[in-house]
Formats: sequence, structure tokens, C-alpha cells
Amino acid sequence: MPETALVREQLRRSLVIARKDIRIYYSKGPVIIFGVLFPVFLFLSFTIGRDLSVDFMIPGLVGMILFFTATSISPIVVPWEAQARTLERLMSCPVRIETIILGDILASFAFGVGISVIPIMLGLFLGVIVSSPLSFTLAVILAAFCFASLGNVFSIPPTNMPSTVNMISSVVKFPVVFISGIFIPLDQLPAWGQAIAYISPLTYFTDIARGCIQGRGHLPLAVDFAVLIAFTVLFVLVAMKLHQRTMPRRI
Amino acid sequence: MRPMNNDIAIQVVNLTKYYGELLAVDHISFTVRRRELFGFLGPNGAGKTTTVRMLTGVIKADEGGASISGYRAGSLKAKQVAGVVPEIANAYADLSGWNNLMLMSELYGIPASEARQRGASLLQDMGLFPRKNEPVKAYSKGMKQRLILCMALASDPEVLFLDEPTSGLDVQSARLIKDLLHSLNARGKTIFLTTHDMDEANQLCDRVAIINKGRIVAIDAPEKLRMATSGRHSVEVSFNDTVDPERLARLPGVNTVQKIGDKYRLYTQNPGNLVVELVHHSCTVGLKIVSLNVLAPSLEDAFVALTEKEAEHA
Repeated sequence: MPETALVREQLRRSLVIARKDIRIYYSKGPVIIFGVLFPVFLFLSFTIGRDLSVDFMIPGLVGMILFFTATSISPIVVPWEAQARTLERLMSCPVRIETIILGDILASFAFGVGISVIPIMLGLFLGVIVSSPLSFTLAVILAAFCFASLGNVFSIPPTNMPSTVNMISSVVKFPVVFISGIFIPLDQLPAWGQAIAYISPLTYFTDIARGCIQGRGHLPLAVDFAVLIAFTVLFVLVAMKLHQRTMPRRI
Repeated sequence: MRPMNNDIAIQVVNLTKYYGELLAVDHISFTVRRRELFGFLGPNGAGKTTTVRMLTGVIKADEGGASISGYRAGSLKAKQVAGVVPEIANAYADLSGWNNLMLMSELYGIPASEARQRGASLLQDMGLFPRKNEPVKAYSKGMKQRLILCMALASDPEVLFLDEPTSGLDVQSARLIKDLLHSLNARGKTIFLTTHDMDEANQLCDRVAIINKGRIVAIDAPEKLRMATSGRHSVEVSFNDTVDPERLARLPGVNTVQKIGDKYRLYTQNPGNLVVELVHHSCTVGLKIVSLNVLAPSLEDAFVALTEKEAEHA
């Protein structure tokens, strides 16, 4: 089979895996409710009482919800499947490990994009104006894919205990939220704070969102997109490469 | 490229797997012919499951290799022509039996109409059709295992790998699976069956390989393996009263005596003579023989003898 036909076939099978993940792991009521409520309450706890405009709050809220939802289930799908003894079955099918990983990322991506529509609609309802809808939409799509890939990176350690993976991901996720310009804009951070902020992919999405909604981003839009793309490629490659090594050790 | 030799379904050459320091599979080589029902026997921890996992591409071999229908084991093409029932595998508990089956068909790239038709037929054959829309978590263990077999057959594979498919199942489910394996083999499928159930191997397999401590100790037809086990013929006898096994062990030609329930199994190289000795002994001590059977060595006897011999060599 020519390589392009093979790639197309594997992509189709990734979509099959993504659909399976959505049916099994993402369509549960508590997952959806938790995916929305948790970031909303976390956000409110840091913004209530402060004199902040809706234009400032909505980019942060969208960023947080997108980040938390896209990284909520993807870290635990592989350990879950290993624990439930469905992974060996999946690995013996004519799919590459990269196909399985891409399927898991796509499911998480779809969940992140779907849920992020809620705060976006809320923002529009509250009168927020998105000056560049195309850039904003592209940023949501790119960031969802980036965060979903990051979530998948968390599941690389070959443990079959979802709780262990959850712990690892929480250790990374919570600090990331606080250093990404969600609660304090980048230009108000000291130099060392900005230096730390630049290592977070969420920073670049928040900056794009602020640029599109508040009309002033800290970095040029092209830089934000370029770095977000670089992070996405890095996470996807790391996830695919390292899962190749660790996935057989889960069996 | 498709295989050169169309008569070989599975070819294993020097296949080796280490887990750290442990040599789990030790340079094994064998061939399975097309349309053969091949048994892979061994005690727990012998390397059966590791071998199947290497053949089905779930784990990689450290040395050597294998081919399935001429394709390198683990390649997409090899996986495409194989169906697998892993040792401890589950269907997706939250999906219905039907959706599990359709998921498998999609992962093998089977066209939807063909998948639906074959899926319905498989579920009918396995007695699962009336409950096809129920989530798998509502299925019994036997039903789940039958569903997993259906999932392995969803792509109509050329070669079917089954790792302990009837282990822990109720009699009905086990029989249903064995009957299906028989009929699949009759329809030309190559079947690679790992088991530690000697009866199952004896009933089903054309040939068996016995693996112990990662090494193949014998490959042959079950009947030939049984007959090659000298000194494992036995006479099973029961009396109308209790007997001291030590006295039976002292009878001429007896190698060992085993008490099995209310019967005694006496192993010998010459069962004919032993029958005469037993009749004479019972007359002498005033016992009445209730039952007396001459038994050829079972596959289990062959298995024990071969694995013990291997242990002595080690």
C-alpha cells in the first residue's frame, strides 16, 4: 500500500479510536459538569471582589476552561485502558501506537473545543466583542490540540494507576494556570515572572485571546501562534515517541 | 510482499524475549501450517503468553523473529490478517456487545455493511444476538469471552490466536467455544491455541508444542506425544475394600502408584502382565476387583514426563 494511503487509513482509525473515547470517557455527565464547573469556580475564586472588566475576564476564563478540559481525561485514558484490560486488545489491532495516541488526543481536543464554546458564548452574551474572530477561532483550535497533546504526555509513565497519572498532571497543571497571564496580565509581571510565563503554552493562548478581545496582546500575534505550534509539535512528538517505549510495558 | 511459501501460516525463528535478567522465551523456533489447529502447551510462567504477545505484535522480540502469513509479526499487515483473543482481555464494558463488535470492524477497516452482516451472524452463532444491545458490563464472564471471540473474528482473519480462551469458563461457554474452533478450523482457518488444559489440546489440536521455562521441549501430534511416553501406561483399579498402596507398589512391574479417589492408578511398562498380577493378588488377599481399566498415557502424562525431563536437564 502506498505510504499516503496507509497514512489516510491510519488517520481514519485514529478517528475511530477518538469516537470510542468520546463515547466511553467523555460523554459522562460528571465529566462534562466537572470540566465546566471546576475551572469556573477556580476562576471566580480569584476574580470575585477584584475590579476586573468582562473583556479581561473572558480570555482568562476561556483559556482556563480550554486548558482544564483538554487535559482532564487524556492523561488517564491509556492507564485506564491498561487497567481495564482493553489496551492489549487495541494494540493487537492493525493500528500503530501513534494511531492510538492521535485518537486519544483527538477525543480530548474535541472535548476541549466543545466545552470552551460555553464561556465563549457567555462572553458574547455579556457583550464581549471579538475583533478578530478568525484568529481567535484558530487559537482555540490550536490550543485545544496543544493542551490535549500535553495531557497525553502526562500519561507516558508506564503506570496503570489513573490516580498516579492524575497526581502527576495536577502537579503541572495548577502552577501553569497561575503563571500564564490569566489572573495577572503578562505586562504587569516582573521580568522573572514573565520568563517563567514564557515556558507555559497557556500563556500564548491567553495572549492571543487578550489580543483578539481586549485589542492588546503582550506579544505579536505571529509569535504567539508560532510558539503555540512549536509546543504542539513538541508534545505530539514526545507523546508518540515515548508511548512507543512505555505502552508495551503496561501489558 | 506476500509470502513465498503459501503453506506456512506462522513461522517462528529463534524468537527470544528477556524481562530484565529473566529469559522468558529462549530462542524458540517452530512452524504452523495453514489450516492447522496448533496447540501451545505449557505450565504457568512457561512463556506461552509472552510468545503470543510477540506473535501478535503487542510486544517486541529481543532476538529472532516471526512471520504471520508471510508478513513480519507486529507489522500492520500481519495484524490485519490475524484475529486475537488475548489471555486476560476485556471488551469495553460501557459499550454494548454490538458496538464493541462494530468498533473492532472499523479498526480493521471492514466496510460497514459487511461488518453488520458478519457481526449479526457471529453473535447468532455465539448465542449473544438477543442481548447485543446491552452494555457488556451486564454480561456474564462466559458471555464476555464469547463476545471477545466474536471480536477476534470480526475481520474474518486467516490466522486466529487464542490465549487460554476457555480458562475459568462454565461448561456451556467452553463447549460453545471449542465447537466454534472446530468449525472454524474445518472452514480453513489456522488456529494457534495456548492452553494448559490437556484435554482441550487433545480434543482440538492437530499438533502441539510443549513449552517449559521458555524453551520448546516437544512438538508433535498429541497422539504421537502420548505414545512416545514410555513407562507411563497405567492400570486403574478399584477394590471392594481399602488396600495398602505400598503392597500394590511391590507388585512386579509397577513403577509408581497414585491414589485417585477410591481408585488406584498403577504406572507400568507392561500393562498386560500387571492385570494378571492384580487378579492374582486380589485372589490371594481375598479382595474383589470392582473395576479395572488399562489406560494409555494421556497427553497430561506426556506433558509431565517431558517437562520433568527438561527440568532434570536444566
